[in-house]
Amino acid sequence: MNRKMKQALAFATFRLLGVLVVGVLFSILGFIIYNGAGVINWKFLSASPEEGMSAGGIFPAIVGTLWLIAGSIAIAFPIGVMSGIYIHEYLGNRWIVKVIRVMTNNLGGIPSIVFGLFGMALFVHAFGFGDSILAGSFTLGLLVLPLIIRTTEEALKAIPDTYRAGSYALGAGKLQTIFRVTLPVALPNIITGLILSIGRVSGETAPILFTVAAYFLPRLPSGIFDQVMALPYHLYVIATSGTDIEASRPMAYGTALVLVMIVFMMNLLATVSRLRLGKKTKMD
Amino acid sequence: MKWSRRVIKYMIEGLFTLSGGVTSLVILLIVVFLFKEGMGLFTNPAVEKGYALCVNAANPTGSLDARVVKQIFDGEITTWEEVSEGKMTGPIALFRFNEIFSRYTEEELGEDYALLSPRLQEVVAGTPGIIAFLPEEYLPPGQEVVKRLRAGNITPGSFFTGGEWQPTVAPAPRFGVLPLILGTIWVSLFAIVLALVPGLGVAIYLSELAGARARGWLKPTIELLAGIPSVVYGFFGLVVLVPFIQKLFSLPVGESALAGSVVLAIMALPTIITIAEDAIRGVPRALREASLALGATHWQTIYRVIIPHASSGITAAAVLGIGRAVGETMAVLMVTGNAAVMPRSLFEPVRTIPATIAAELGEAPAGGAHYQALFLLGCILFVITMVINLSAEFIASRGQGKGVGA
Repeated sequence: MNRKMKQALAFATFRLLGVLVVGVLFSILGFIIYNGAGVINWKFLSASPEEGMSAGGIFPAIVGTLWLIAGSIAIAFPIGVMSGIYIHEYLGNRWIVKVIRVMTNNLGGIPSIVFGLFGMALFVHAFGFGDSILAGSFTLGLLVLPLIIRTTEEALKAIPDTYRAGSYALGAGKLQTIFRVTLPVALPNIITGLILSIGRVSGETAPILFTVAAYFLPRLPSGIFDQVMALPYHLYVIATSGTDIEASRPMAYGTALVLVMIVFMMNLLATVSRLRLGKKTKMD
Repeated sequence: MKWSRRVIKYMIEGLFTLSGGVTSLVILLIVVFLFKEGMGLFTNPAVEKGYALCVNAANPTGSLDARVVKQIFDGEITTWEEVSEGKMTGPIALFRFNEIFSRYTEEELGEDYALLSPRLQEVVAGTPGIIAFLPEEYLPPGQEVVKRLRAGNITPGSFFTGGEWQPTVAPAPRFGVLPLILGTIWVSLFAIVLALVPGLGVAIYLSELAGARARGWLKPTIELLAGIPSVVYGFFGLVVLVPFIQKLFSLPVGESALAGSVVLAIMALPTIITIAEDAIRGVPRALREASLALGATHWQTIYRVIIPHASSGITAAAVLGIGRAVGETMAVLMVTGNAAVMPRSLFEPVRTIPATIAAELGEAPAGGAHYQALFLLGCILFVITMVINLSAEFIASRGQGKGVGA
């Protein structure tokens, strides 16, 4: 077999693999969409679960997930952005940056169930928050912190040093430069990281199992010390341990589709923000 | 600059500094809390807390191993000859605390069970071959007729090399993590075996063969799939894969190590593809052009020049894929069947460390031995993933130095 034929064979294999893998991934999405689309209607999105979670809707779980998104982002976003600023604008290239970066990467690599254990030990028991939105938000916040730090750092790295030099040359101090020049330019990319974090937070189950998630709680939370239902945990519950698993299948498909839709929308938003906001402050 | 502005400046910069250390602090806190709770396990007696094993004072046996205690209460050991090296003979008479209520009437036990302890003493004293499992608060008085067996603490040896995970059996729960560790490795390794070749193939396709347009929509789509929650993948595995595997191999249950591996492989694909593709695209253009200029075909260039040059990045992709698989909780919990037994084949249920924590922590009373054992599992998981991540980082950084001149 000559080398041209070998190449043709190898490339055909790669194309086939590409089609196969993409096909598998798409068929999963297609399956969820096909089965879930018929379930989603206004009632599904606005009513509480009924009849042992085999009918009604998922409104409390949606509200719970929104609370958790708001709480965890409120905790992680400011800290993450400040951390990114400190690492890139203050530490520059010192050896300590390497240590911090290794730590950040490792925190990002810790399994989510370990965050669940830690959140339970620290926030639920040691701080006495109990099973609450507060404990869950802290746990999820720590989970997405590395993602926010990394995107902030990357966003700052992409800004040419001429911007900073120009600002200093005009007599601005370091903080002024950060708040007036660097941050505004970096904002689109930081926002992209924020949106991706929202997608991540909305789908995590393991960290909220023991810190906030309620099996069934039709009333809405009244404060940050309440337990809530959450979409991913709700899907787990009705898929594996509901009172009538077969009857609650449609509900499970609908919930899965809602989760997928959230991730879709967040990715779409992230792309849009990168393109739209990026145009206004074009740099080269 | 006015002093008030200077104070604000220092405050803001102080906040920046604090935030810079926050990830290191969190890792430190995780280590402290996990290990503090987890190490507490070894201060627990091997017998369930608050309970004691008692024998007749005439019985020379001083202590029993936790494994022997379980065998006795399971009825596998029935005579004292088997456990006391000939010092004690005769059949073993099992006595569980609640049996007292069938031996004595309520009047005999007295008002508010005031006479419970003396009655227990009667029982133990009257049966030479007895072994009684009793709550400490009702422990009968009188050293001369009732002897409490010394039970050692749970040992690290029994934890790390124990082959049975039965955290809720009485009187002596068994915390052996070997089946869980092996189950985790078993499922994760097979997942990577399944995912590596297709993942690499797609990475090569994306970086070398696909046109700009195909790449333009494939890459974001694959990144999107990395963002789909694991519980959704688990749900898909549960309703599609598990019944399919059950039918295909005509198994009694479809929940198996194989189902877990396939779901994990699908979930690890986006990670592997993205990182491997970055590594392949990072190969300097000069290398590729030199190879083509020497008359090599594109395919020869790929497998003789590009893949060897990107090998450290590709290895890092595989290692990180394993890391993700080892720590994955929900999807595995939903499809592997969760039987805490030594894995023997791909077609039987297994149980991984993360799935065990997720399934059992809710029922383990805070501060008890079971709770602490689950934290120790968390420590093991933490250490495993830390080692995996650090080695991936090391492998990837070793490859970065490779330039055209090297």
